[in-house]
Amino acid sequence: QSVGFVLPPQNYPLYIRSVPTENELKFHYTVHTSLDVVDEKISAMGKALVDQRELYLGLLYPTEDYKVYGYVTNSKVKFVMVVDSSNTALRDNEIRSMFRKLHNSYTDIMCNPFYNPGDRIHSRAFDNMVNSMMMQVC
Amino acid sequence: ESTSPVVSPQQSPPTSPHTWRKHNRHPSGGNNERPLAGPGPFWAPFSEVQPGSSTSSDPIWSGHSPPPHQENWVSFADTPPTSALLAMHPASVQDQTTVRTVASATTTNEIRRQSSSYDDPWKITDEQRQYYVNQFKTIQPDLNGFIPGSAAKEFFTKSKLPILELSHIWELSDFDKDGALTLDEFCAAFHLVVARKNGYDLPEKLPESLMPKLIDLEDSTEVGEQTGEVGYSSSPAEAPPSKSPSMPSLNQTWPELNQSSEQWETFSERSSSSQTLTQFDSNIAPADPDTAIVHPVPIRMTPSKIHMQEMELKRTGSDHANPTSPLLVKPSDLPEENKMSSSVKFTAGNTVTDGYSSSDSYTSDPEQIGNAVTRQRSHSGTSPDNTAPPPPPPRPHASHSRSSSLDMNRSFSVTPGQQQAGVVAYPPAVPPRPQPSQGAGPHVHRPVDAEGLIAHTSTSPQQIPEQPNFADFSQFEAFAVSGVNKEEEDEIETHSEVLQVEKPSDSASSLRVAKADGRVEDKAPANVPTSAGKGTTPLAPPPKPIRRRLKSEDELRPEAEEHTQKTGVIAAVLASQPSIPRSVGKDKKAIQASIRRNKETNTVLARLNSELQQQLKDVLEERISLEVQLEQLRPFSHL
Repeated sequence: QSVGFVLPPQNYPLYIRSVPTENELKFHYTVHTSLDVVDEKISAMGKALVDQRELYLGLLYPTEDYKVYGYVTNSKVKFVMVVDSSNTALRDNEIRSMFRKLHNSYTDIMCNPFYNPGDRIHSRAFDNMVNSMMMQVC
Repeated sequence: ESTSPVVSPQQSPPTSPHTWRKHNRHPSGGNNERPLAGPGPFWAPFSEVQPGSSTSSDPIWSGHSPPPHQENWVSFADTPPTSALLAMHPASVQDQTTVRTVASATTTNEIRRQSSSYDDPWKITDEQRQYYVNQFKTIQPDLNGFIPGSAAKEFFTKSKLPILELSHIWELSDFDKDGALTLDEFCAAFHLVVARKNGYDLPEKLPESLMPKLIDLEDSTEVGEQTGEVGYSSSPAEAPPSKSPSMPSLNQTWPELNQSSEQWETFSERSSSSQTLTQFDSNIAPADPDTAIVHPVPIRMTPSKIHMQEMELKRTGSDHANPTSPLLVKPSDLPEENKMSSSVKFTAGNTVTDGYSSSDSYTSDPEQIGNAVTRQRSHSGTSPDNTAPPPPPPRPHASHSRSSSLDMNRSFSVTPGQQQAGVVAYPPAVPPRPQPSQGAGPHVHRPVDAEGLIAHTSTSPQQIPEQPNFADFSQFEAFAVSGVNKEEEDEIETHSEVLQVEKPSDSASSLRVAKADGRVEDKAPANVPTSAGKGTTPLAPPPKPIRRRLKSEDELRPEAEEHTQKTGVIAAVLASQPSIPRSVGKDKKAIQASIRRNKETNTVLARLNSELQQQLKDVLEERISLEVQLEQLRPFSHL
């Protein structure tokens, strides 16, 4: 199981994708609670804001067997990913690369003049990329 | 013509209709030269499928479609069959046949176009291309330049397609994802818009024929295009290019005619830039120091395992965000211990190595630290008390040494059977030097004043660290006694005695009295209940520890004495050591034997130390609880 969220600074989701699709509500809840931690981390490292790499390992509900990872861009757009703890094959580097891909795809979306920042993301390319990532994870 | 507006014209300047009209005229004439080249077989399925597939085709557009000079446009037109369309069919068919016959004689370009357009509805014909180019010029006069995203957005918004689809078209056509459109990208986008307006679903991937031309267009490359589009004919209405391989590598060249090589070159530059872009992405390999730390580091298991755990235990409370800082702290401690161990093998080694040969373990300290970090990360959250309790910071070593010297003295002077002192629970008086003892000072005073049993315990824990050390050292001394070097013993004894003699000057006179008179022992029974309350295990040499537990500065003094005596002992040992080689210089084997024995002693003492550390922990806990009681009872005592 894995879930990916894209959230702008206003903290509403621009993009949600979960594989598989049950228990989605639980993931939504998890991501929202993790947003607090994200914001806390953002404000904490005011000096090294360029450090986009944020890792949540066992941050939320370690007993519930999933880990929440976060990633913040320079424009305070947040990517949150929730993966099963049972997925021990996932290493830190892999998570980072996934976030990097997410970020790149998001940048591509931004380049699209027809995309208004703040709109929900409907890009098929983005969907494909996220799907491929999820498949790789699960 | 009422149906003059073409799809594109609706969105674009009026000039287009003229263009189209002009073009439309031509095919009607059955002009062979026209690259109509609509192969019959292709035509047929198209016409069949088209009516069923088309959905939102523009009737106006369809009206125009028959005249279109190219089969592509004709196919679009198929949807709502109009008379014109029907009329065109046979005409186009005828054209096709004629064209086909002519095709063989035509240039390779036309042949190419035939075969390619046979399968590819996405192919941009020359006329279309010309039209697109003209449109491009209206926005960007420089054909080698870019159309910025905003301008393109305005332009394509005129097509009245939903923003979602325009967004998707943009995604497909902006090949290098730079937010601007080159001529090729623009043409591709335009073509997609036209197709969409005519009812074609947008492809998931950019059709190969719409790919921006990267390098030269050579006729030979036509073959590649065909191969990509072979499977198309099955479902023209669907996204045909979906069958084609995913965005082919940038190096593929697709034939598009009538373009100056300059444009290709510019585009190739751009494509190369996109290549570099992607490569750049792949090059972003995180070399995060954090991750580096997390990576497993080869460790030496046995000697350092317990040490690692100790480090780990110390770090469980440390900040995850700064794994390096505790690391740095720990190494600083360990090297100190290292030095200590090098000089004083017995004491420092015992505390840390826990039974292993001391020097070896220290050499691997840096590794252990790294390992400990990894262990910490992996073990975070696990119970700290794995096997051995964490070693106290170096301080206890110092106190250990001191206390052991005192212990030594006491063992020799008072209780020879101190060998089992390792089990001692009641610590001697706390020396003033060690840090805990600094707190002990006021504590000691209080007990002196109040003579409360509770007060005893406050000092006793501080004395505890001494006691085990005493035990250790006494044990060591016991070994030493049994060892070969009786000289050392004598020296040690003399040293300790000397020190002891010195110490009285420091300590209160009552101390001496207490020791000599055994008044301590009188107090012992009084202290026993408190000690029992502490719940520590009864230890073998009760008289000595009980004596120690007496609260008073007196006991602090003996602690200090013991400490200094211990240091004296150590000094003696050190002094004796150089003498050993001298004497044994004659007999190396004796030296080695003594070394072996010493190492064994080290091992035993280390083990003892670990046990005592555990006891220390227990007693400290009791101390805390008793202090709490003290606090509670204090108001009562003042009453």
